Amino acid sequence: MSSDVTPTSKPVKSTGLHVGEAGPGVRKVDPILTADSVKRTFGGLTAVDVAHVEIPRGAITALIGPNGAGKTTFFNLLTGFDKPDEGSWEFDGRSLAHVPAYRVARMGLIRTFQLTKALGLLTVMDNMKLGAKGQGGENLFRSVLPFLWRKQEDEIEEKAVELLTRFKLDTKREDYAASLSGGQRKLLEMARALMSDPTLVMLDEPMAGVNPALTQSLLEHILDLKSQGMSVLFVEHDMHMVRHIADWVIVMAEGKIVAEGDPHTVMQDPAVIDAYLGAHHDTDIGIDTEHVEVLKELIDDEQ
Amino acid sequence: MIDWIAIFSNAAQELISPTTAAYALAALGLAIHFGYTGLLNFGQAGFMALGAYGFAISTLSFGFPVWASVLVGVGASVIFALILGIPTLRLRADYLAIVTIAAAEILRLVFTTNTFDSLTGSASGLQGYKGGFADLNPIPPGTYGFGPFTYNAYDWWIRIVGWTLVIVFALLTWLIIRSPWGRVIKGIREDEDAVRALGKNVYSYKMQSLILGGVYGTLAGMIFVLPRAVVPANYQTSLTFFIYAILLLGGAATILGPIVGSMIFWVLLSFFSGFMARAVEAGWFPFMTQVQAGQLRFILVGIAIMLIVVFRPQGIFGNKKELAFVK
Repeated sequence: MSSDVTPTSKPVKSTGLHVGEAGPGVRKVDPILTADSVKRTFGGLTAVDVAHVEIPRGAITALIGPNGAGKTTFFNLLTGFDKPDEGSWEFDGRSLAHVPAYRVARMGLIRTFQLTKALGLLTVMDNMKLGAKGQGGENLFRSVLPFLWRKQEDEIEEKAVELLTRFKLDTKREDYAASLSGGQRKLLEMARALMSDPTLVMLDEPMAGVNPALTQSLLEHILDLKSQGMSVLFVEHDMHMVRHIADWVIVMAEGKIVAEGDPHTVMQDPAVIDAYLGAHHDTDIGIDTEHVEVLKELIDDEQ
Repeated sequence: MIDWIAIFSNAAQELISPTTAAYALAALGLAIHFGYTGLLNFGQAGFMALGAYGFAISTLSFGFPVWASVLVGVGASVIFALILGIPTLRLRADYLAIVTIAAAEILRLVFTTNTFDSLTGSASGLQGYKGGFADLNPIPPGTYGFGPFTYNAYDWWIRIVGWTLVIVFALLTWLIIRSPWGRVIKGIREDEDAVRALGKNVYSYKMQSLILGGVYGTLAGMIFVLPRAVVPANYQTSLTFFIYAILLLGGAATILGPIVGSMIFWVLLSFFSGFMARAVEAGWFPFMTQVQAGQLRFILVGIAIMLIVVFRPQGIFGNKKELAFVK
């Protein structure tokens, strides 16, 4: 973490990511992940129906949309945790169709979960070590002979300590992860994901349930990922955060991509307002406080 | 008057009996399954039956030497684990529980049925397979030991082999659990999706654990039949539950737990049944017959499992912070 970043400073935004007019499914200069006609239905409900989307490399991309838009399902499909009915998608030029989740992770696409999955019954250090790739000692036969993996284990531990220090969790290394606070678990999950040196980090609602004091530090960690050359795709509801750190925003509604663009222009897209408020938002059907809040945030940010 | 010396000496003998060693090894296998990986295997009796029958049938029907008979039993249990695991390990943990309990019963009934009488001896079982094992005994004939622990050369030989196996496999378990392999299966125990997201092949790890613990059970089944005959009635579901009782008593996610748990279990059980039988005989419990007294100890095992799970779920040696079913 760069300590010179003050909370008020504006992060440097990556621009010039797309080719041609910004719109749903627009081509990117250098996509790291592309998806074509990915469709997932649950019975009669079509949860995800994405015609085409490209995630830019080396940038922070936000995936936003109202509840039930299919963001998490899309995440699960991309990472192999769920299987689509049809479609093809590629990561770094390699097809991900029918690739099991653990292989997707080994290719360098690491995800976190909306409900944090820090392993509470393991120590913080063991959680971190579990994240490292290609461990010889994870083979049953070699595990019996410690001298075969002791050296690698020490290297992994060194790297884990370094990351824990960066995430300010180094004093907790021998504690069980169950004793951490909600925000610290989010940090641990992110640090653990970094143990495998991923190229694309997918964060599912990294800010959910994190107290405001930790939000700033989490934001800086996400910006840090970009400065280290990783690409980030995250799902988020907090519009301030999206506006603050995202270089590119993809908006989903009812399973489809309805708008794309840089955070400032996309918020003014009528399709986005429709997505949050429904196409008939100018017909008076009573007060919908949640969506009014979101719009207020958008307007606040504009000023 | 009650013969207290006999009760205590019988109970003390259980401390190093081959049966105790067999239960300890089977419970150690279950510790890998249930304690460390979180696999609910309710078919450990089936793995033990495969060991017993695999060893006895290869010796009796095919005339295999001891080492080959052991390999046949181990091979059979690896195949059994694969058959159980391939369809169920992708599903939720409860499905494995249902399938293992049913599969162990199927095995027992196949061994009991008259159809294969020439091989399995059906309900009366098998005996006369110990010759090869007894021939390996380096101890000269005679009687050795002191006090209650006085046995002949063969009885010492079973005890030495049985407990050596227990110690070797306890050390092996200790080694693999503290390795990165152990870290992965402990992660799976808690949340397999989290481990999958970190690039580990969860299905393969669960399969490895199922096979490994099953092989422990199979070897335990072989030790179990060395001091007695192979009888299908020994491999009922209650055998699995006794092993669970031992595991929970000692601590599910521990190495020493299954071993010490087995010793405590058998010493107490022997003490209690010896005491009850003699007390009823002496007329201390006029409302109870000898048969009822014999059954009472099984009721006691059930109550003990309940009390342990409620009041000390981590067992004697367990660490409460690291326990799968205490959240």
